[in-house]
Amino acid sequence: MNLFNIIEEIENVDPEVYGRLSPRRDVIKNITSFGSKVAVAALPFAVGTMFKKAYAADAAASTVIGVLNYALTLEYLESTFYNAGKDKGIALIPASAATNYFNQVTTDENNHVTFLTSVIKSLGGTPVSKPEIDLTAGNGSGDGPFKDVLTNYSTFLAVAQAFEDTGVRAYKGQAGFLLKNQVVLTAALSIHAVEARHASAIRQIRAQTPWITSTTSLGNDTGIALLNGNYDGEQNVTQGGVNVTSLKSATSSTTSVAVATAAFDEALSSEQVLALLSGSFLVKH
Amino acid sequence: MKTEQQESVLDANMARRSFLRYAGVASVGLLTTAACHKDHKITPSSTGVDLGAKNDFAILNYAYALEQLEAAFYLQVAATPFSGITSAETKLLTDIRDHEVLHREFFKAALGAKAIPDLTPDFSSIDFSNRAKVLAAAKAFEDTGVTAYDGVGYLIESADYLLIAGKIVSVEARHAALISNMITPGSFAGPDVIDTTNSLNKSATIGEVLKIANGFLKTKVSAVNYGYIAS
Repeated sequence: MNLFNIIEEIENVDPEVYGRLSPRRDVIKNITSFGSKVAVAALPFAVGTMFKKAYAADAAASTVIGVLNYALTLEYLESTFYNAGKDKGIALIPASAATNYFNQVTTDENNHVTFLTSVIKSLGGTPVSKPEIDLTAGNGSGDGPFKDVLTNYSTFLAVAQAFEDTGVRAYKGQAGFLLKNQVVLTAALSIHAVEARHASAIRQIRAQTPWITSTTSLGNDTGIALLNGNYDGEQNVTQGGVNVTSLKSATSSTTSVAVATAAFDEALSSEQVLALLSGSFLVKH
Repeated sequence: MKTEQQESVLDANMARRSFLRYAGVASVGLLTTAACHKDHKITPSSTGVDLGAKNDFAILNYAYALEQLEAAFYLQVAATPFSGITSAETKLLTDIRDHEVLHREFFKAALGAKAIPDLTPDFSSIDFSNRAKVLAAAKAFEDTGVTAYDGVGYLIESADYLLIAGKIVSVEARHAALISNMITPGSFAGPDVIDTTNSLNKSATIGEVLKIANGFLKTKVSAVNYGYIAS
């Protein structure tokens, strides 16, 4: 393990990480000083303890690691999907779309897997291994409802959009478990924002609004009924007890359902997300 | 069509009258307070507001301030479209305007008497007739909005308020990605906004964000209790 990489990564989201670890920040920054006092073999253990002490006050460590492992599972699904698409090359993805969109998205999802794995380890947790995945949503049969996902670009795009929009909802649903945790919450929100950027971009390729525009009765705006569950709840118009359609808009004394639903993305709990994925994209034996 | 700037002018008297009513909640900039003590006159709202005591209302007012600014910007964009705007661009930018206006109205309703006053924007640095200038400003507003929400998430004490911030920030990120792609296709998650080593969106402190926002505001916003005073 590379202690510096981990601390540097955490420093990106928590500039005060050195101060948290030790008031004598130079001791931490200067690995030769630190290393001379701790046997190299014991370093991973020492580091885990160090981080646990530093962040123990923020939230129960097991809760935080649980959230991170859940996020890691979702990132494994996304990265597996985009890497498989990339491997197909121009047989699946037009060259311009690869250059403009999918190379970036693939890199980001692979980076998220690496980042989450590092953070989980640095907090003394054990990262989950890559789940068994069926990109056709066939629970391992390879013959699910999206069976042409790697041969038909329009199916590939539809699944990409569903993964990104659902990923945004999934991260949002975890925020409350990371309340006031500067390092992990900020990191989770930062990944959440990147997933939303991806979702926006892929929706643009699909000639959809970059935001989810629901109707009163249907959250799903993809035109693919199979995905109704992924978007259910997006039709909500009540925020913090306020029915936002009753608020004034630029041109009227009220706001349309289309605007009210598009202006607020909705969360999903981990139970809801796993119910959508388990037994389809995530193989359940 | 009435623009936001015009609306703000019309509302200016109201804002000034509301000043004392709000003063008890949002502590007011030092200069303004001094002026009040000196001559017992209410100074124009352009001298500034402060987010007040360190709590969730300060963070919600911070979001409200940014949403006021974004809404005012897109109202102006819609009222005075840049030359050569396409119908597709008009539709998208009008949608964004509507989202930002709703965010503004939502915070105003949710904060009630705790809301900071209406802010007066200053868009004199933006050439609204020029597509590139308008989109560059839009990108700055959206990217700053995302870094702002991400940067204060951990300061929010209530899980309910954090969830609402989460519901809004992903929509801002959707806007940001669209605007980036309108400027340069494929730049929706570029190295200017994403840390390329780990693909995390950048985040920013209250002071960093308000410094940028105040460049577009006549009413300067301070956050004394978060270590930032508008200069």
